[in-house]
Amino acid sequence: MKRIVDRILGSALLPALSFILAFIISGFVIAFSDSKVLKLASSPGKFISTALSTVGNAYLALFQGSIYDPNLAHGHGFLQGLYPLSETIVTATPLILTGLAVALAFQSGLFNIGAQGQFIFGAIAASYVGFHFAYTPVLHVLLALLAGVVSAALWGGVVGLLKAKTGAHEVIVTIMMNYIAGFFILWILKTTTFLRHGRIDPIAPEVVPSSHLPHLAGANFRLHAGILIALAAAYFVWWLLNRTTIGFQFRAVGANASAAKTAGISVGYVTVATMALCGALAGLGGAVHVLGSEYALTADIAGNFGFDAITVALLGRAKPLGTVFAALLFGALRTGGRTMQANTTTPLDIVLVIQALIVLFIAAPTLVRFIFRIKNLKTQDAMTSKGWNG
Amino acid sequence: MLSLKSFTATQRRQIGLLTVLLVIAIFEFASFGLNNSHNDPTTFGFTLGNEWVLIHKWVIGSQNGAYLFSLLAVIGAVGGLFLIRGKKSPAAGTAIAGVALMMGFLCWAAAGKFIPLTGMLQGSLLLAVPLVFGSMSGLLCERSGVINIAIEGQLLAGAFASGVVASLTHKTTWGLLVAPLAGALISLLLATFAIKFSVDQVILGFVLNVLVIGLTDFLYKKLLIPYQSTWNSGPSFSHIEIPLLGKLPILGPIFFNQTIIVYLMYLIVSLITYSLFKTKWGLRTRSVGEHPTAADSVGIDVNKLRFRNVLIAGLVSGLGGAYFTIGSVGSFGKEMTAGAGFIALAALIFGKWTPMGAVSAALLFGFADNLQGTLSIIGVSIPSEFMLMIPYVATIIAVSGLVGRVRAPKADGIHYSRGGSH
Repeated sequence: MKRIVDRILGSALLPALSFILAFIISGFVIAFSDSKVLKLASSPGKFISTALSTVGNAYLALFQGSIYDPNLAHGHGFLQGLYPLSETIVTATPLILTGLAVALAFQSGLFNIGAQGQFIFGAIAASYVGFHFAYTPVLHVLLALLAGVVSAALWGGVVGLLKAKTGAHEVIVTIMMNYIAGFFILWILKTTTFLRHGRIDPIAPEVVPSSHLPHLAGANFRLHAGILIALAAAYFVWWLLNRTTIGFQFRAVGANASAAKTAGISVGYVTVATMALCGALAGLGGAVHVLGSEYALTADIAGNFGFDAITVALLGRAKPLGTVFAALLFGALRTGGRTMQANTTTPLDIVLVIQALIVLFIAAPTLVRFIFRIKNLKTQDAMTSKGWNG
Repeated sequence: MLSLKSFTATQRRQIGLLTVLLVIAIFEFASFGLNNSHNDPTTFGFTLGNEWVLIHKWVIGSQNGAYLFSLLAVIGAVGGLFLIRGKKSPAAGTAIAGVALMMGFLCWAAAGKFIPLTGMLQGSLLLAVPLVFGSMSGLLCERSGVINIAIEGQLLAGAFASGVVASLTHKTTWGLLVAPLAGALISLLLATFAIKFSVDQVILGFVLNVLVIGLTDFLYKKLLIPYQSTWNSGPSFSHIEIPLLGKLPILGPIFFNQTIIVYLMYLIVSLITYSLFKTKWGLRTRSVGEHPTAADSVGIDVNKLRFRNVLIAGLVSGLGGAYFTIGSVGSFGKEMTAGAGFIALAALIFGKWTPMGAVSAALLFGFADNLQGTLSIIGVSIPSEFMLMIPYVATIIAVSGLVGRVRAPKADGIHYSRGGSH
């Protein structure tokens, strides 16, 4: 038992310390950009106390907006106070799936920056099936999810195919394909099929109720069955990587492609399969987002899910369980950030700074070790991508 | 009949490209020419300001234009093929075919309308300015073996810093001085983490972009919007016309009536092109990018040189960022670089990691971007989204090796440590 605890503590220590450092540095940014604080620069005592209270209020709002808000609970019971937490889970759901899309690629030695584009294609296909057809409830939602998965798998698979056949680097190709997908969704939302009747702003018709994912906690909460799908997907990725031959091949290619090739594994096949699967996961994210919480395709449907996915996977160290926790954390930051922006003078965008700093510190364990003077900080499996010629 | 086997791989690709151009030219002849019942006049405008006038405007029927230019394109493509047969470079033929195809397309697309050709080319150059700066930054890093995905962040940092400083001081000069430093600051992070802490460079560049986007978005909302009059209402550079050169017809207004940032761009591009291939520094830079172990064995401090080059790269792209604010509109806008850093990266790759190649690619992307704008203003029925995709599709085609093989510097992105790099 003690060994297990040690292991968990050991592998959580670096993320935890990075988290603390990121919050401290962001605290300075918040304090030193506040006009109220800056005006007091001449009296150090007041300056420090105002700075601390500004930062404290911001972080308190961040917490209340993402986990538990006593004001909401007041007079409505404890459960209503957890409304922010349910919102956090709603935000984290697509993030888990896109995060897995990046994490799985890392396991095969690929850097998938394309989750954003894959998400978009999943969302487009799911939305189309959702609003254009009418089936019996369960069948309809399954078909819509499937459409999202398949189209995004094809979109992602192209990257794998190009890499396997021509050696085109997946980082460049996925960056470019994100832009192409971004323009594609802008265009498709102008077509008569997709543009909602009577609207000129880019929005598709609402998906019919038979394609909605069911709510999990009543009509007052937006919490939907997508989280169960996301958790199942995380379990699937774990099972695939650790319990199947193909998963072993993925990891073998990720660890050392030339050794895997010598051992008879087809690197090209693994590359295509990985990218298609990654596309499928991110596309599922897009489908779940449309069918579970948004109900209509908009030009900005993908938000930051595809890009946050990369920081999520890096924070989760490309492990399925780690990715789930990281997605919940970043989902909480995003959700809480909105409340923080509304209730305090601190804009939501500080969340991006926090995310970037966390990942930066995790990627440089030497630095964290140096700052906290820790000798043996566990830093296994640092993630790397390969250079342009890799 | 010559067999394809008697050609080198490069020549075979050139033949492939010319054949594609030839097919498009014939297609253009058939669809825009033969299959076009209208012959509305297309007008090309050549004058912008007070330059010497060679020709004011040129009017040609859209059908006649399509015939003329698609035939010219056929001649160019066939000529190129003959050049290859004669073991010469087909570049001239390819260029003629490409430009003629574009002109033929314009004749057809703008039938009955007016195209300000000089203005369009001037706009293309302006859109290419940040791409050129960005790709030069990427070039300096990657030729010495450090992958730079953080170009976007460097440009954005430069834009933010120059906009804010120019606004606070009411002086464009200060903005121009601060912008490179802001870019170099991002480079300092890139170099420190990549070289000192051997963090994966692609991941690192990505994270640095997120950091800069987050910081500038945050400060924009926190300071630049509420206190706009002090923080975000900076002056911008005015155009300086170079005597005589600025009066040249067509070329003058495009190249020689610009802001100081554009002139600095000419200077930097020439300097980098010259230094990379003609100086000791250039030789060393290329050697640590290709084979750091060999460079080390002859006494070059690989990591020191890389560190320095990454910092210089930050200065360059930071300066490029200034173009967005003090180089054009003056004030800073949220995420105003809008992916220019990534197109700059694409231009670098499209240009095969050479200065001239990268600049040409940047100009091409700038032209595609501007063409899209022009066509949507004159009301052409091609969805602008597809025009906007062009640079990205072109880059994918380029890295897939369909148009000539693209090869990065051999040690690009690989951390160097003596006695075993990993």
